[in-house]
Amino acid sequence: MWVYEKKLQYPVRVSKCDPRMAKFLLEQYGGADGELAAALRYMNQRYTIPDKVIGLLTDIATEEFSHLEMIATMVFKLTKDATPQQMEEAGLGANYASHDNALYYSNAGGIPWSATYIQAKGDPIADLYEDIAAEEKARATYQWLINMTDDVDLQDSLKFLREREIVHSLRFREAVEILKGDQGAQKVF
Amino acid sequence: MNLELFQTPEYHRDLRQLQEVDFVLLELNLYLDTHPGDAQAIQQFNHYVVERKKVADAFQARYGPLMNFGHSASGTPFTWVETPWPWQI
Repeated sequence: MWVYEKKLQYPVRVSKCDPRMAKFLLEQYGGADGELAAALRYMNQRYTIPDKVIGLLTDIATEEFSHLEMIATMVFKLTKDATPQQMEEAGLGANYASHDNALYYSNAGGIPWSATYIQAKGDPIADLYEDIAAEEKARATYQWLINMTDDVDLQDSLKFLREREIVHSLRFREAVEILKGDQGAQKVF
Repeated sequence: MNLELFQTPEYHRDLRQLQEVDFVLLELNLYLDTHPGDAQAIQQFNHYVVERKKVADAFQARYGPLMNFGHSASGTPFTWVETPWPWQI
């Protein structure tokens, strides 16, 4: 089971109301390489992954949920004071028409989140390579998002998240090596 | 809800301290997931487990419960629903 902790993993501060940036940040909320996709991907793959990697998938999936909460906090803070007109000018008119200022799991283009973004092949190497690729794609997305804002407070939180993708990628690469080592050992028989 | 308490520099300092010790533990945890035989890292992990409890206990005594489902004791009225949520601070 999971237990909630009433705090963010890392501080999220924004210096202004900015629905334009909120729209772009949705890519990491309900996008293909976003935090929801990451959390659900790892949480689901762990049931059929070899025992040595279950802990890693469980722990990284759990951390991804805390990143999802950080992105949600950014989007919420950037849009909570936005008027319908400001939402529309920022390209969030369709979002406002359907959801008011509520958060919704879509990507930056407004396309709802889909389970087709994630895989579970039952093959540990295939699954882990997908996980490594997902982390690298998320890292790249964070860089593009950092490039799109001059809000130094927001940049600070986004840089933290970018660095986490690098660490997760490294750990998944180590998991591949652990499994390769096991495969090699079996060939002795 | 006494929001003022959560807008003080002291609150942000104390929260930061908790976030820092939790980050050390999270990083060590992920490292140990793929390096389970590293005794020195385990020693470091266990050291920060004790440290974390001290920091979290002090934080909760001042700012209310961190966790639901009985992992944190409550004040009256039920403090869990009285204190602000992370995105409201």
